[in-house]
Amino acid sequence: MKPLSIQWLRTALACLLLVVTSAPAAPAAAPLPRDSVYQLPLPLTDQHGKTWDWRSHRGQPQVVAMFYTSCQYMCPLIVDSGKAVEHGLTQAERAKLGIMLISMDPKRDRPAALMGIATKRKLDPRWSLASPRANDVRAVAGVLGVRYRQLANGDFNHTSALVLLDRDGRIVARTEQVGSVPDPAFIAEVRRSVADP
Amino acid sequence: MRVLAAALLFVLPAAVVAGGAAWVKVPGGSFRSALKYEDGRAARIAPFDLQKRPVTNAEFLAFVQSHPQWRRDRVPTLFADARYLAHWPTSTRLADSAQAAQPVVNVSWFAANAFCEAQGARLPTWREWEYVAAADETRRDARNDPAWRERILGWYSRPASGPLPRAGLQTPDAFGVQDMHGLVWEWTDDFSSLLVSGDNRVQGDAEKTKFCGAGALSMSDRDNYAVLMRVAMLSSLQARDTTTSLGFRCAKNLP
Repeated sequence: MKPLSIQWLRTALACLLLVVTSAPAAPAAAPLPRDSVYQLPLPLTDQHGKTWDWRSHRGQPQVVAMFYTSCQYMCPLIVDSGKAVEHGLTQAERAKLGIMLISMDPKRDRPAALMGIATKRKLDPRWSLASPRANDVRAVAGVLGVRYRQLANGDFNHTSALVLLDRDGRIVARTEQVGSVPDPAFIAEVRRSVADP
Repeated sequence: MRVLAAALLFVLPAAVVAGGAAWVKVPGGSFRSALKYEDGRAARIAPFDLQKRPVTNAEFLAFVQSHPQWRRDRVPTLFADARYLAHWPTSTRLADSAQAAQPVVNVSWFAANAFCEAQGARLPTWREWEYVAAADETRRDARNDPAWRERILGWYSRPASGPLPRAGLQTPDAFGVQDMHGLVWEWTDDFSSLLVSGDNRVQGDAEKTKFCGAGALSMSDRDNYAVLMRVAMLSSLQARDTTTSLGFRCAKNLP
């Protein structure tokens, strides 16, 4: 049998690299940590009607929270919390942070409803407001440690939390202090995670 | 090797491959929960299929072998804590035939959910579980009988030492379902909807800062300790937690 030529190996390696880097679910080549939330495949449809897996956000620290658009009381506070985090950062730091609000009400939170909130609250385009598939809501809530129950009238009872993910999707901080007054310890963790490695 | 595995798959009884326990058709009905839901206690339970007994170690091992990402040495720590399947001698072997017939425990919600999904099923909801768990051997709702309550309480007060009995030994209840009490605790699909305050002294007082909307559930039937303890336990768990007395069974919507 003829030994494989170096040229062939090089071509094969290049192809492999191309496949790995172009797979949307795994933009980074290093294996995912076993405690990363991105171990959960999670297709999301955002306010622009685009569908992507949350693992495509790997590589950038993220602040993630769950909400739903028709919520009157707590969810506006969750948006306030996200804005408060942004206000605690410099322009340069802000540019390195993603913010994901994930709906627990995918039946009603179609792209138009999500865009309605983004417009009304004048959210920076770096914010993703997105709905998972109905069958995935319980799992993503489980991963983020959010408890919820849908009421007969369609509203939800739920716990509220902001969760900070590092570049690889590991949960590095979490706060249940929501509203326009930020949690200083949480902000400090956000600043640390967007600082250059 | 692969041929051997394929051959073995054919040799295994069909029931094991399909998830083991027989399915019981649970008729629908109206049901008053022992929980005081803010949107009303009475609910219409739609008919559904429920596994007759909890999932066993042997059945869960078959699942782990066909879905190796759920082996304890491979599972993402996101989905299961360090005690996941810790009672098995290795990640792919059971201690003996006695263990094979025992209900599987040390499983997280994610693992239980994945098992049921692999059977084309799901975990039962809390309401479905409570509905079936209200029965004794002759009545679909025995909850007002003090003797029934005493019997269940007797199990909870026994220390959980010694090996677990086999699954499916107890007399079926009025629905034809076994082991709803007296064997293991069980995951429900919506365990994390049980927003019960950890502190019984504030029952009924909504922790408004923690729970959006009307607040935590409270118990409207404080004598129903069996339900109270189940709810308190489930509401204290995270989806990746496992315990030595917590297993599950699957449910299915009727076609």
